[in-house]
Amino acid sequence: MSSDEERPGGGPADPDGGAPGTGTETATAPAKRSGPRAAVPGDAKRTRTGIVIDALTTANTFTVTVLAIVLALAVGAVVIALSDQAVLDSMKYFFARPGDTFAAAGHAIGTAYAALFTGSIVDPETLNEAWWGMTSWSSVLSPISETLTYAAPLIGTGLAVALAFRAGMFNIGAQGQAMMGAIGAGLVGFMVPWPPVIGVIAALLGGLVGGGLWGLLAGWLKAKFGAHEVITTIMLNYIAAPSFVTWLVTQHGVQQPGRNDPISKAVEPNAQLPHLFGSGLRANLAIILVVGAALVVSWLLRRSTLGFEFRAVGSNPNAARTAGISLNRTYLLVMLFAGVLAGLGGASIVLGNTPNAITPSVVGSIGFDGITVALLGRGRPVGTVLAGLLFGALQAGAGQMQVTSQVPIEVSTIIQSLIVIFVAAPALVRAIFRLRAQRVGALGQNLAKGWNG
Amino acid sequence: MVGPGQVMVSDVVAESVAVHGFWTRSRKSGLVYLIVGLFAAVVFGLATKAGETATFTLSTKPGGAGLDLPARAFAIGFGLVCALTGAALLAGYFRRHFGATTAVAIVSFVLSFLCWQVAGNDLPLVGLAQQTLFLAVPLILGSLAGVLGERSGVINVAIEGQLLTGAFCGALFGSIAASAWVGLVAAAIGGGLIGAILAVLAIRYLVDQVVLGVVLNVFAMGVTGYLYDRFMQPNTQAYNNPPTFPAIHIPLLADIPVIGPVLFQNTIITYLAIVLVVVVSLALTKTRWGLRTRAVGEHPTAADTLGIRVRLVRYRNVIMGGLIAGIGGAALTVGSVGQFGKDMSNGRGFIALAALIFGRWSPTGALLGALLFGFADALQSNLSSLNSVVPSQFLTMLPYIATILAVAGLVGKVRAPAADGKPYVKS
Repeated sequence: MSSDEERPGGGPADPDGGAPGTGTETATAPAKRSGPRAAVPGDAKRTRTGIVIDALTTANTFTVTVLAIVLALAVGAVVIALSDQAVLDSMKYFFARPGDTFAAAGHAIGTAYAALFTGSIVDPETLNEAWWGMTSWSSVLSPISETLTYAAPLIGTGLAVALAFRAGMFNIGAQGQAMMGAIGAGLVGFMVPWPPVIGVIAALLGGLVGGGLWGLLAGWLKAKFGAHEVITTIMLNYIAAPSFVTWLVTQHGVQQPGRNDPISKAVEPNAQLPHLFGSGLRANLAIILVVGAALVVSWLLRRSTLGFEFRAVGSNPNAARTAGISLNRTYLLVMLFAGVLAGLGGASIVLGNTPNAITPSVVGSIGFDGITVALLGRGRPVGTVLAGLLFGALQAGAGQMQVTSQVPIEVSTIIQSLIVIFVAAPALVRAIFRLRAQRVGALGQNLAKGWNG
Repeated sequence: MVGPGQVMVSDVVAESVAVHGFWTRSRKSGLVYLIVGLFAAVVFGLATKAGETATFTLSTKPGGAGLDLPARAFAIGFGLVCALTGAALLAGYFRRHFGATTAVAIVSFVLSFLCWQVAGNDLPLVGLAQQTLFLAVPLILGSLAGVLGERSGVINVAIEGQLLTGAFCGALFGSIAASAWVGLVAAAIGGGLIGAILAVLAIRYLVDQVVLGVVLNVFAMGVTGYLYDRFMQPNTQAYNNPPTFPAIHIPLLADIPVIGPVLFQNTIITYLAIVLVVVVSLALTKTRWGLRTRAVGEHPTAADTLGIRVRLVRYRNVIMGGLIAGIGGAALTVGSVGQFGKDMSNGRGFIALAALIFGRWSPTGALLGALLFGFADALQSNLSSLNSVVPSQFLTMLPYIATILAVAGLVGKVRAPAADGKPYVKS
């Protein structure tokens, strides 16, 4: 039980002489409305040196994250090995020749994780061939392009979840919001014969509006009726897909002519997102848009009064209300913005990837994956971008892994969820690797609130 | 520019007016019922063709005994009943009996809707009731799992994952052993495993419980999906072909008309669910275990002072809840169709969670909530087969919309156990 006793909360007061209470965030009641700068601790130099020294041996954010990824990959390796037919066959005579089992396991894990790497970052063989001019450089970029293509929507939905986290809300509805975003973008994209450039902008706006309205609905239910957003957003997910979207795309005028399955018409070419590395590679403008969105969210949270209010509500709603911040307005705006961000994620799929049409499964599970992305990114925009890139790489690599070594694609889901579990349980990682206790605020703690708010 | 202090005062004033003024909760609800009831009377009434009858059959055989109602008159009539209860609430009557009045309003609205939908057709009421109970079983067990955990102070959002794991283990081990009973036990253990992970991480490692629950759902989805692709899909005959439980006819009781076929011709899992609700309900209020559970959930520090081992109680309850939710998962495979399918729990765990909140964290309340959602689901599938003018996709939204409405305030302000979701750390 010793590891539990060192947990912050009852820990020593902030050495910088800040207000008592939680040290790391701007958790204190915003009595002075002099802007976010008042929240930054004064003695930055000391903190920075401290972090550098502690970084290597203490369970800080960075080490815990890296070790969480390592642990998750290790568990994933065990799962891959134990489900490999050659390993299972050699296990039948394990006590006679244990070496066979380990060799088979090593082979299974090796080929799978090699495919994970070559499918998401770079394939050394292709690189070599391109170096000697035997193949084009675009095929070297192909894995990176895949990673970026998978990452862009994840970053969008990840930001949607992260922003809500910072305001003390748990937005599980990014899935439905992304679906509505995809619907909005798709409808605008094929209804009108758009001219170039304007088409893309209009379709994107359609996506933002679709996602935003769906998010706003959950915010309204919370502000007006006190309905907990965890329940309402989950239900709104199921209403959006498959129910609503299946009905919509089988309507006359929406359904693709000549098709009987639920699929809409394709988006006008002028409303599609332009490709980044030429038409041969899938990476498109979406990744730049979501990184831009992350910068906007970062600015919003760090520099704007509105973002300050969001964070104040997230840290302590009662104190925020006492200071004159309207909780209801915050709930509405946060869920609206979150919906817009998730809508961007959904729109980027319909406008960026073939077949550029709305189907009930077009957004995949980006909404749920967005939760894990935001958690790994610890609710911070930059962290969310990095986490989105990592999970995008995992998903791109998992596709390659399924092709080359028949490992089911779900292995990336398992690894993703394990990473987040380990990141959210720093005490566990600390115990496994026998790290020194952390001094900074708890990781992954108190992001979401229970039923009593 | 208004100072923070002034804003606060005006907020307080506005709030107190909202609480004590004319527009109380029952008046607001009354207005809603009035509008909705009038809407039902006009729209459902006019949409129904004059002279058509709506038949609600009571017998299990087609063409058996039933109620023949003139559809139009009853659609209008029930709509007016709903509007009348709303008007009464608006006028300030029945304030003490808000719950009952609300029930009358909702039931009459649903009946009005049904008269319109069933006009010129027949709706087998007994079949509907049977299906309601059948579809409610996983929800009952799931929300019961939530009751156990949350009354002791651990939020369980992982019900969905426990159901899914239970369903998977039930199908897999039921097939391997060629026995539904083995499947049932394996399902309980599978759900219990997820419960144990939840317990250790939430209680020992203090992980945020809502976040943890959501991630465990993803984890369960990943693991079951992975193993399904790897083993079940290539070899369905050996790994995904479990025997199922037969319906047990309880002698004599099963022969009672209407009630018999609904209540006394079910599988063992259904009986188990009902028994568990009764047992947990009694145990929570009458036994030492129940008192300790509630004490730990409401005020762990006080409970600790009295020598109750807070963490032990929580561990036990959360794992027990996992076992029960696992049985709920078994209801989806060995208690029903047999075969497992990817993501077959399909949000039922979250609906169970809503039933738990709807039922105010009590086992009987959770049972009623689960039955309500089961009914919405059963109604949906019955109406789809009647070739309703409402598109079937909108009917599939019914359970989800019902959940939102329920959580959004039909039940008023609910209060979770005071220490729900707060890890206990000895200071």
